[in-house]
Formats: sequence, structure tokens, C-alpha cells
Amino acid sequence: MIEALSFDFMQNALIAGILVSFISGVIGSLIVSNRMVFLVGGIAHAAYGGIGLAIFFALPMFFGTTLFAVLAALLMAFITLRQREKIDVFIGLIWAVGMAVGIILVDLTPGYNVDLMSYLFGSILAVNREDLLYMGALLGIILAVLFFWYHEILAVSYDGEYASIVGVNVPFFYTLILVLSALSVVVAIKVVGLILVIALLTIPIYIAQNITASLYGMMLASGLIASVFTLSGLWFSYHFDLTSGACIILVSAAGLCLFMGIKRLAR
Amino acid sequence: MQTNNLFKPLVLDIQNLSFAYEKERVLHDVSLKLDLHDFLVVIGPNGGGKSTLIKLILGILRPQEGSIKIFGMAQERGVKNIGYVPQNTNINIDFPIQVIDVVMMGSKTKSTLFFKRSKEETQKALEKLRLVGMESFAQTKIGLLSGGQRQRVMIARALYNEPKLLILDEPTSSIDVTGQKQIYELLKELSKTITIMVVSHDMSIIVEYATKVAHINKKLTFHEIGSLTQNLHMPQTNHFCTVELLEMLGEKK
Repeated sequence: MIEALSFDFMQNALIAGILVSFISGVIGSLIVSNRMVFLVGGIAHAAYGGIGLAIFFALPMFFGTTLFAVLAALLMAFITLRQREKIDVFIGLIWAVGMAVGIILVDLTPGYNVDLMSYLFGSILAVNREDLLYMGALLGIILAVLFFWYHEILAVSYDGEYASIVGVNVPFFYTLILVLSALSVVVAIKVVGLILVIALLTIPIYIAQNITASLYGMMLASGLIASVFTLSGLWFSYHFDLTSGACIILVSAAGLCLFMGIKRLAR
Repeated sequence: MQTNNLFKPLVLDIQNLSFAYEKERVLHDVSLKLDLHDFLVVIGPNGGGKSTLIKLILGILRPQEGSIKIFGMAQERGVKNIGYVPQNTNINIDFPIQVIDVVMMGSKTKSTLFFKRSKEETQKALEKLRLVGMESFAQTKIGLLSGGQRQRVMIARALYNEPKLLILDEPTSSIDVTGQKQIYELLKELSKTITIMVVSHDMSIIVEYATKVAHINKKLTFHEIGSLTQNLHMPQTNHFCTVELLEMLGEKK
């Protein structure tokens, strides 16, 4: 393993793993407490449309996925704020239509031979400098948003109805959380793939929820736990030559089982 | 002073309010006035429009007809004088948050950067927790409290903004009898300085604490409690026969 660290791709993978872990720790905490898991699942799958778009027009991958994910997020926010009771239907719709658009666009691309599996299950070992820059910038934006609006976001996440009564602009912050989630999904796709993105955004959060007593504590703990999972998953992936995303998720699931076992014993 | 009172706006002045979800009419031509230090109990059947009325007062819903004035101001501006205790206090129970931070959500924060809270805010939150007897739980995670304890915290949150009108939706639905009594005593104490409006199924609260009663079932029927209690003779116990009381409140015009 030590000699592996001398490779550029391995260094990039490690940095990406940690960056994405903290991004999903922070954003995952908001997704879980705002009960948006299914919603963000929809956004993640709709982002596949962006992959198709990028391939068809030969655009940078991040550009296509960001565009689609953010549009899906805005649409979801709009619908949730207007017609909450119909949201399930629309999530399903956006979920499926986004993927269908992606597949058609890939079909239409002549001579296309990129490995699609890497978008479904992630390719952390193929992360380049540009990707790292995007991830770093996103983490910076998320931290800046928290720096200025932590209390508002906390109020909206804990009890949106009460937040609106005391005059917090709930629709704005709800939309903001969804857009940040969409951007996070885009980078998490790179690491674990869009199929597995939801696990990375929820498993560490579930553990952290039990051992912390504040939102920022949950965010920090989730980031640390996700880092441990991601890096150990990466080690398994490298050592046994297995798909990195699947390894990370299985390590996370094993970690969750372990935690629940310990929790039960401790009682 | 006396003349001054004449020009004091009503705490709550609702006129000819109507509201319908989609096609189903929930409130029809409802009017209600609340004076300072009133203790109003709102009763009525499930689906009769009690919670809808509260949501309209709080601005969570918008009325199709009629007007709501709070301390003489339009609803949007007046709502900052209202403290609200929701019926469901089990929302987001897994959320990692301490009691004191929940209380501080009672008003839009003045603190600016990141998670730091100002000393004054912390002090004020502790003071409100003391008022409801929950000061020693300030650092406890909200999910670890019992239903009654959480209800008290929600009252502290509602009081954090120094409201002049406190609205509670079924405040005792999820707590035991002793807890209920404590909450009512607390409300009685609070009603000396602020106006209280409680939605409740519990009839005994009307007799012991209320100054006014409103019965809502699409329409609102209003009663001064003073005249009501005189009509009922209650030997020994101060507990009304629920059926009898309900009948009176529902029938009388």
C-alpha cells in the first residue's frame, strides 16, 4: 500500500476521497434531517441525463452533470414548495426521465465507447487535478454558506414550519440545500457512482446522528466517518482489484452493522 | 390610563374569515376578538377547523376571505408578537440538537457567523427554560426527553420571542394527567401577563382556567365563560360533565 501512495492517481484518489467524504458528511446531514433522501436520489439519477448530454456534445462531464442535477434540484424545490402532496410522483418522473434522456443521448453519439460503468459505480482512481479543484471549490462554497447562514439552515432543517413563523425565508434555504445537494451528488458520483451515492450520503450520517448533540457536530462526525469508510474501501479496491464504489459502500454498510451491534450491546 | 385603553388595539381581531382546502370548506365566516389577558379555549370536533384557524393566524395558510389583525397590524407584521406551540412535538426527534438550541429557534437569530451564539441569547433561553422548569435539561439532547418535557421546551421556545399572545394546539395530547395539570398551571401563571389561546379536547381546562370559549365546527360560536359557569351547578367536584358542557357550547347562540 505504501508504494501505491507514490502514484499520482493514488494521491488524487486519497484527496478526492477525503474531500467527498466531508462534502457528503455536511450535505448528507442536511439531506437526512430535511427528509430529502428520496428527493436527492431522484436528482442523482436525473444527473445521468447530464452525462449523456456531455457525451453527446463532447462537453466536460462535470458541466453536463452539474447542469442536469441543478435543474432537477430547482424543479424539485419548486414542486415541493407548491404541491407537497404530489412530490412522490414528480420524484419518480424526474428520476426516470433524466436517466432516459441520458441513455438516448449516449445511443445517438456515434462511435461512443466510454465505460458507462464508471458513472454508475464511480471511478475514484481516475480522479484528475481538475476534479479535485471542483471538489475543493464546492467544499469551500458549502462552508461559506454555513458560515453565514448556519442558524437559518439549522432552523429550517429542524422545524421548517416554526422557522417560517419566526420569519426565516424557508423556500430560499430549502432550495439552497437542494442545489448544494445536487452539486454534492455530482462530485459523489465521481467517487461512488450515481447508483451508490445515496448510501454515502446517509450511512455515515445515521451513525453520526447517534453520537452527536448538534448539527455541526453531526456534520463533522459524518465527514470523519465517511473518510474512514472511503479510505478503507479504497484500500480494499486497490488490494483486491475490485470496483472502488462498491467497496466503499460495503465497508460503510459493514461499519453501520458494527455500530448498531455495539449500540445494542452498550444498552 | 383608562382612556388609553380604549384606543388599544385588540390582541386578535378576526373578521369574516373563510377558508377551503381545494373544494372542501373548512371555515365559514369566522369572527373572533381577543382582549389583553384573555384565556381562550378553542374546542370543536376533529376536522372542525381548529388547526386551520391557527395556521391562518400564523400565516402558514392564507385566507380566501376575511381579515386577521394582530395588535392592530396586518397578519404578516403582527405575527412576531405571537408565540406558538405546535400539536406535534415529535418532529425530527432524531435530530442531534440540545434543548437550549431548540429554545433559541424561537426567534430569527441575531447572531451572525457560524454556530456561535451571543451571551444574551443564551441567557434569555436559560431564563425561559427556568420559567417552564426545564433549566437543568438545557444541554440534553431533545430526543431524550419525555413527551411532557418536550412540550415544556416547546413552550419555552414559544416564549423566547417575548410574545404577547401565546397559541397552543392541543398542548396536553401526548402527556399524562400530572403533566397536563402542570402545563395548565403554567399557562394560568403566564396568562397574568400575556393572552393565551389553547386548542384542547380537555373540558376541565375550560372550567378551571378559561375566560372565553370558542366552539369551532366550520362556524365559530363564542362564549364568555363567566356566564356559562353560573348556569351549571357542580356539587363537590369542579369537573364538568363533558357531554352537558359540550351540548351547551355547541347549541347556544
